[in-house]
Amino acid sequence: MPVFIINRLLQAIGVILVMSVLVFVGLYLIGDPTSMLVSPEATEIERQALRKALGLDQSIWIQYLTFLGNAAHGDFGRSFLTGQPALQLIVERMPATVELVVVAMTFALVVGVPLGILAGLRPKAPSSKAIMTGSILGFSLPNFWIGLMLIMLFAVYLGVLPASARGETVNIGGVALSIFTLDGWQHLALPALTLGMAKAALIIRVTRAATREVLPMDYIKFARAKGLRPSRILKVHLLKNILIPIVTVAGLEFGQAIAFAVVTESVFSWPGMGKLLIDSIITLDRPVVVAYLIMMVFFLVILNLVIDILYIAIDPSAGEKVRD
Amino acid sequence: MNFVKTRLAASAALILLGALPLSAADLKVGIKSEPSSLDPQFHVLVPNMQVTFAMFDPLVMMDSKLVPQPALAESWKATSETIWEFVLRKDAKFSDGSPLTADDVVFTLNRIPKVPNSPTAFTLFTRQIATVEAVDAHTVRITTKQPYPLLITDLANLPIMSKTAASGSAPEGKTTVELNRGEGLVGTGPFKFVSWQKGADLVLERNPNYWGKPAEWDNVIYRPMTNPAARAAALLSGDIDMMEDPPTTDLEQFKTNAKLSVAEAPGTRIVYIALDQKGEPSPGIPGQGKNPLMDKRVREALSLAIDRKAIAERVMGGVAVAAGDLLPQSMFGAVKARQAAPASDTAKAKALLAEAGYPNGFQITLGTPNGRYVNDVRVAQTIAAMWTRAGVKAEVAAAAPPVFFKSRDNFEYSAYLAAWGNSTGEMSTTLRSLVGTRDPSKGSGTSNGGRYSNPELDALLEKASATMDDKARAELLQKADEMVLSDYGIIPVHFEVPVWALRKGLTYAARADQYTLPQDVTSAK
Repeated sequence: MPVFIINRLLQAIGVILVMSVLVFVGLYLIGDPTSMLVSPEATEIERQALRKALGLDQSIWIQYLTFLGNAAHGDFGRSFLTGQPALQLIVERMPATVELVVVAMTFALVVGVPLGILAGLRPKAPSSKAIMTGSILGFSLPNFWIGLMLIMLFAVYLGVLPASARGETVNIGGVALSIFTLDGWQHLALPALTLGMAKAALIIRVTRAATREVLPMDYIKFARAKGLRPSRILKVHLLKNILIPIVTVAGLEFGQAIAFAVVTESVFSWPGMGKLLIDSIITLDRPVVVAYLIMMVFFLVILNLVIDILYIAIDPSAGEKVRD
Repeated sequence: MNFVKTRLAASAALILLGALPLSAADLKVGIKSEPSSLDPQFHVLVPNMQVTFAMFDPLVMMDSKLVPQPALAESWKATSETIWEFVLRKDAKFSDGSPLTADDVVFTLNRIPKVPNSPTAFTLFTRQIATVEAVDAHTVRITTKQPYPLLITDLANLPIMSKTAASGSAPEGKTTVELNRGEGLVGTGPFKFVSWQKGADLVLERNPNYWGKPAEWDNVIYRPMTNPAARAAALLSGDIDMMEDPPTTDLEQFKTNAKLSVAEAPGTRIVYIALDQKGEPSPGIPGQGKNPLMDKRVREALSLAIDRKAIAERVMGGVAVAAGDLLPQSMFGAVKARQAAPASDTAKAKALLAEAGYPNGFQITLGTPNGRYVNDVRVAQTIAAMWTRAGVKAEVAAAAPPVFFKSRDNFEYSAYLAAWGNSTGEMSTTLRSLVGTRDPSKGSGTSNGGRYSNPELDALLEKASATMDDKARAELLQKADEMVLSDYGIIPVHFEVPVWALRKGLTYAARADQYTLPQDVTSAK
């Protein structure tokens, strides 16, 4: 097991190195950040001074090596735009995004798994057909549109929920969280619903497919023949065996949403990390973009690791595969 | 974390006061982008400046039409060509209650060059200042390096900080990071700092020690909302009271909506077309040995082919004014005869092209940034279509702003669409940057991607920059302006009109410099 974890982390470092070169060269090819930062009224001398101050007068490879050297010490550079350490900017905004995604994913699982099992158990019932049709809508409508429609309905016409920003926060261990206040929940409801709807749709489909696959298995038939209560068959024999695809999909979707919740965040002006990434790409704020993507690679690697460990917990035979 | 504490403290105070409705006199503003810092001397950028001017005052403040008005300086005079004396208001106090003195002004102006990591330093506005001294507690003497008539407009960009509050151990006193947290963020303006969470709300409250007319709002909340549709939805739902830049497509609907009102300011940002006028074959004009744009008749034809009124009305949805000049009439140095935009005349354009030796026209690529200016790509496409109608087959090359600027600075465009915002209300900065001969050592022609060069014009601008007498300077600038425009060195298209949408009952004294200042928002009684 430790070898397995170390292997994964080494892979992550390899990915990070390749990615940082790509981002560096990519942003370098796009253009000169000073042309986005500097006031058009500045003279060439002032522009040159800024390039020098930001280290942009060096060749791209020197810049990259300097970055690597500093990164080895945990310093990912300062944002060109705000002058603040890039890592700090990202960490400041992380709680808002994580909170939004956790609520959205919880919603998706709580709604998605039961509906998916229901649709899988009775595939021909009208209720199941309705669930499946609904799920098609859920993942085919764009996030952006769902968000705006929810705002129009709940904020503009009904006037019951706020349309933007994060609600009142409570400080828990240095992290500002809004899930402990009523105001916080009111603000969280619409963005979490927007983000959660597409995820729920996906989970419904995965759960249904897995249920359909497991139902004709011999052990289910055997359990039935033994005369076990249907609820026990459902909980022990069915649920445990459909969990693996659900955990896989939920894990991937969770990672995806944390790293790139930007559409939902910008529709609801949610002060999360996704907006930071987009704004930084537009202003060519390279230190922030690089630090952000490195953090996300790390995060996704760790997340996959957790999923693998969960597999072993769910399915002991998976542990043997890992050991091989 | 300040934010949380303050919010908690505020709610506790409210409960004690018998839970007054918090929203009674609050103003929530949906802004396009948040400031990159609260340090008033960190970054010359509209989102930063507008927040600064809610908390700080400069010596001289531009009014909504960009005419300088006394602010912290009640009067000033030039005692010689290079020495200016400013008399400070005696009743001005900082938000911590301490009085404003000449030492604060000296401290402020001396801090500017010491602020590190600044993306656009405020030295932009102090480069002509040689020394700043306090003559007495309420008189400041500023000496310029050479006769410099634009000192007043430069000072209008420099908010005065409190020496006591903003002093610190770093060379610049309180650092940018400390100021971002609100430490030392003490000004004389109508509002004072409460809390700021990056990416989320910036909260200000009324400054009880303000020297001028107290603002109407107990609290002001700036909320960054980059997405225009999200801003519009938030305004419609009553989440915010005011928004910057409503989408042009929704504007008609906003104007007729009984719950909303719209405020428009005279526009100073000129959208123009620059044409490559640098001898050699031009990169975006294939199949021509020489550069047709060197011929004045061709440039005139391209100008005549543009139907500016149609662009302002249809493409821009009415939030633009067709332009014949580089600055609106009310501003310093504009030419009276150019107030009206030239009418389009495709037949004459074709005749001029034939006369210049291009009866079948030629091909040209028109560069434009995508998303930098209001409807930039659509305007460029419309102009390309109008040129094609006149016989010049134009294609649009749209690029993301950083790519556009890179191509422009590498002179890869034969023609490009861009815009220029004038914050001084004066023609000289516009002309120097857009059509002055490119000369890095003198700082002229910084945005002159067409490389127009006219020694006569440069000489006029040089003369004007050292002419202290306003009337004489205005005449020189008008002459220079007329020289460029009659030479079709640059083609003005339209002025962008800054627009705000507010909930019904609020009015905004809309500003030409596009700043959103909460002190200028009032409710109808």
